[in-house]
Amino acid sequence: MIDLKNIHVTFGKGTPLQKEALKGVSLTIEQGSFVTVIGSNGAGKSTLLGVLAGDVLPNEGKVTIGTTDVTRKPTAARAGLVARVFQDPLTGSCGALSIEENLALAARRGERRGLKAALGPNRRSHFRERVAELNLGLENRMKDRMDLLSGGQRQAVSLVMATLAGSDVLLLDEHTAALDPGMAEFIMRLTQRVVSERKLTTLMVTHSMRQALDFGHRTIMLHGGEIVLDVSGESRKDLQVEDLIAMFRRMRNETLDDDALLIG
Amino acid sequence: MLSQIAFWGAVELGLVFAFVAIGVFLTFRVLDFPDLTVDGSFPLGAAVAAVLITGGFNPWLAAAIAMVAGALAGLVTAFLNVRFRILNLLASILTMIALFSVNLRVMGKPNVALINADTMLSPFFGLGMREVYVRPLFVGVLVVIAVVLVWRFLESDAGLAMRATGANARMARAQGVDTRRQVYLGLALSNALVALGGALFAQTNGFADVTSGVGTIVVGLAAVIIGETLFGARGILLALIGCIVGSILYRIAIQLALSTDALGLKASDLNLVTAVLVAVALILPQLRRGGARS
Repeated sequence: MIDLKNIHVTFGKGTPLQKEALKGVSLTIEQGSFVTVIGSNGAGKSTLLGVLAGDVLPNEGKVTIGTTDVTRKPTAARAGLVARVFQDPLTGSCGALSIEENLALAARRGERRGLKAALGPNRRSHFRERVAELNLGLENRMKDRMDLLSGGQRQAVSLVMATLAGSDVLLLDEHTAALDPGMAEFIMRLTQRVVSERKLTTLMVTHSMRQALDFGHRTIMLHGGEIVLDVSGESRKDLQVEDLIAMFRRMRNETLDDDALLIG
Repeated sequence: MLSQIAFWGAVELGLVFAFVAIGVFLTFRVLDFPDLTVDGSFPLGAAVAAVLITGGFNPWLAAAIAMVAGALAGLVTAFLNVRFRILNLLASILTMIALFSVNLRVMGKPNVALINADTMLSPFFGLGMREVYVRPLFVGVLVVIAVVLVWRFLESDAGLAMRATGANARMARAQGVDTRRQVYLGLALSNALVALGGALFAQTNGFADVTSGVGTIVVGLAAVIIGETLFGARGILLALIGCIVGSILYRIAIQLALSTDALGLKASDLNLVTAVLVAVALILPQLRRGGARS
């Protein structure tokens, strides 16, 4: 479960560049629910994800994941609760380490790391099995460096990494945006399977309206640091991509009107 | 050609500096933290060991305390960098400069002689083998132990966290690795090894000198780069072995350059020869890849 209460985030507070990225966002996501997040650039999507991951600590408000108050916990301290796949395939894994070393690193996410060999025979075969499930043939390349893989292959491995250790929450940060359409579709199918198999509470930020409506149980739209749309259930089924685009246009016009007032 | 004595002397010195090379490998390559503290922690290790040994301490204990002193020096650099966000290179230069004064304080004078003192090597002399072989053999055994331990560490869960910190800190944090702690740990470990090198240097050469640290970082880096040029990037163990081989080859190359009369080089040309060798080691891999980049 995720619970955000009245989250305020202001960057550069007290400087001329002060920007309020989130203005009192409250959001509760039930255990096992899959929520998609849309919004234009600067709407606060990345900040919202950062607040959950620990990269951004809020100025005000309370963040609860599962039953733990993580409001002031930095990224590393809450990594046991949060798994994450980044937009940039290069960010989510270590190019200089091998596939199996990346998996070994992820398998201990949020746990103490001792002096035991990272890759014993048991772990090796477990990792091989999990990678084989991808059907990408990567199980025969376990000792290859991660930076020899394509962007799509890296994202696929990142998804496996995200599920090796237990976690309450899966955060997906436009994780198909950097991929070609075929690979993006493959990664989305994989995501769908992983999320439903493991019943993960998932938050997926996406630029694609299609993805936002086709996947998950609930869609929220951010604008100017606030939640302006929150649909689920029947009303979401009726929603079309065109409706979302129309809403986007309206939002943008509103800001235009504001500017027009200022200039006028 | 080199005389037997000169050759084995070069091997011995290469093995002593292999500890430096392994330390430099840990900071520069594993943590991606250019650490110049070694120019201070090498003579610190020598100074601490020499003072303790002349004070009647067991030489093994003295070397262990020297390692602790080196680790503390590394922690100071890490503290300046992590806690106050001073640029890594600058933080290490500050510690290095400060250590020059510290080393003078430790010894109370610019150098301490160990000529008649019992060292770690003393029990092995007089067992029938010539001294000129005993010294490199003894240091070599210690280097092999260090390589095995560092190798096992870097392939453990804890070591993987350190490697990830250097390779992709953001990803490491997302995996629950406290990257600040890894910097502390890595610098402590690296400088402890370098200080052990210093302690062995004092004992094999019979003295500790406050100026013996000058250029330590270049020698260590030269060894790492020569090793990489020879073995390529094929795993941790080969990289560590590369550090040893690189360190020995470096010393032999220096010896050859200085003792070849045809070149007309003097001992005072050492730094120039070092710089040329490191430059060559840096350029070679580029040539191999098909010409220097424009």
